[in-house]
Amino acid sequence: MLELTIYGIVLGSIIALGSVGLTLIWGITDLFNCAHGDQITVGAYSAFIFTSLFSKLNILQGKVGPFSFNWGIVIAFIPAIIISIALAILIDRWVYKPLRKAGVHSITGFIASIGVAWVLRGLIYIIWGADFHFYTQGLRPTIVFSNGVKFRVDEIFIVIVSWLSVALVYLFLNKTKKGKALRALADNHNLARISGINTENMLIWAWGIAGLLIAIAGVLYGIETQLRPEMGWIFLMPLFAAVILGGQGSITGALVGGLILGLAQQLSTAWLEPSYKPAVAFIIMILVLIIRPRGILGRRTT
Amino acid sequence: MGMLNFLISFAVMATIYSIFAIGLNVQWGYTGLLNFGIAGFFAIGAYTSALFTLKMPTGALAGYVKQAFGLNLPFLVGVLAAGAVSAIIGLLIGLLTLRLKEGYLAISTLGIAESIRIFFNNESWLANGPQGLVGLPQPLHNIVPPSYYNYIYLLIVAAFLIVIYIGVERGIRSPWGRVLRAIREDEIMAAADGKNVVAFKMQSLVLGAFIMGMGGALYAHFAAAIQPGVFEALFGTFIIWTMLTLGGTGNNKGAIIGAWVVWAVWSWSTFIIMKVVPESFSTRAPFIRYILIGLLLVIIVVRYPRGIMGEEKQVSKF
Repeated sequence: MLELTIYGIVLGSIIALGSVGLTLIWGITDLFNCAHGDQITVGAYSAFIFTSLFSKLNILQGKVGPFSFNWGIVIAFIPAIIISIALAILIDRWVYKPLRKAGVHSITGFIASIGVAWVLRGLIYIIWGADFHFYTQGLRPTIVFSNGVKFRVDEIFIVIVSWLSVALVYLFLNKTKKGKALRALADNHNLARISGINTENMLIWAWGIAGLLIAIAGVLYGIETQLRPEMGWIFLMPLFAAVILGGQGSITGALVGGLILGLAQQLSTAWLEPSYKPAVAFIIMILVLIIRPRGILGRRTT
Repeated sequence: MGMLNFLISFAVMATIYSIFAIGLNVQWGYTGLLNFGIAGFFAIGAYTSALFTLKMPTGALAGYVKQAFGLNLPFLVGVLAAGAVSAIIGLLIGLLTLRLKEGYLAISTLGIAESIRIFFNNESWLANGPQGLVGLPQPLHNIVPPSYYNYIYLLIVAAFLIVIYIGVERGIRSPWGRVLRAIREDEIMAAADGKNVVAFKMQSLVLGAFIMGMGGALYAHFAAAIQPGVFEALFGTFIIWTMLTLGGTGNNKGAIIGAWVVWAVWSWSTFIIMKVVPESFSTRAPFIRYILIGLLLVIIVVRYPRGIMGEEKQVSKF
């Protein structure tokens, strides 16, 4: 049980990290981004381009401390983040901006984001094929406690990086001028605009932050499991659930929701087939929607 | 001969997808309900009809094939039962989700469909788990040689499509259909006019689910074999959304045209791509379709939101 709780916290941390970007965009633009999961896949594979390049050049192959991965992955975070931010901003410019200009309903954006998701997944399939890929080969070291509880050393790294990134974004949103403008925008779009906030400019920031978190979540998820073209799409389901659980646009809500879902999914395997994990996420989500539609920390009452 | 067979089976699938697109049009096009769980109704319909029409496995086969029941009933009963069970599931989903805001409805239905697929995959006692069911009966299969059977089946699905099309068109042009469209345009206004918004939405959801369930059954008897893997969101839900969006949301003729065009892109592009690309690329080439369909959806939504036909002006008959 303790072991499942530890796995739950690890999974919950990645879900929390992934869902912050999703809820940020949802809060600010009212768009529920269905391509978020596939953008995570792109983030993970972008890092893979560089880890395989490094291993061909035979540089940065030294292991990082006690972890299973090498310095190549740590360095690969940087280009993965750049690619992911650029992609997020470009998608917004090409797809969602024209929709905003036309003043259409956010549902239209949701449908368009499904198309974006397909395009991204198709590209991944064509470039890398359907096979699984790994950042590093070989055994992954584990720590075993005296009472038999064991977990992988990498998971410490995953949890620390997740919460560190989330904390940085949280500080950015609460302490900087740009962050405050973003929150103002999420609160009331028109009021923010007449207060002199350049809304289109701020949306670039919003998508940039989402892109940053997406890349980190993708690489961490890739370290935790393996790379496959459907990884992000499958991962999107608990993200949706976490975000709805937390309430539209609520970062703290998404974090709490992410942890709850990670724990619930892992603990459920004590009684249910592991393949029921996504279903568990949804049942929790639907229960929350029925009992408290605005989520546990939602701020809107409509 | 090969080409003609390909054409006929293409036409059968396009017709079945037309039925799904009309079902979605009832829910989304006319009422504004975001059902992203079509794959769930698809699966429920297919499995219901399979279990209603198959025999209970006996002898050596019983060791390999598990199913909860097998009623050995005629095809038509299977299809109608598929619609009915799907409608009941639609009713239950509606009770849970119809009071939610539209975006939440989309996510919930998406999740429910995924859960339904996982359920069929895991619960082997029900319908043989991941292996699925094979040997579904095909109606009127003994009146022509097997190689011509698809012609017969095309007539059968076309008959279903015509009946469903006429039924839905009549419903939509009736006062009932006008209330649905009023709800789509302005829910509060419709409620202020004394219409029970949730009840009308429920009727639309259930009618759409009934149509989709029949569509699932028609697919199952055409493929003669079903397994949970078929009912993934891509093939079962999003492709149908692309069809309706392309053809014209709120237009049943558009739904049919969209189904044919998208299914043509989907099945013919593989055919063409396979001829063009080098051998070494052939396992990856089919995924070009994902990009084609995805781009199609984005371009229509952003540039041509009306689709090919758009919604027609409706004059209600009194």
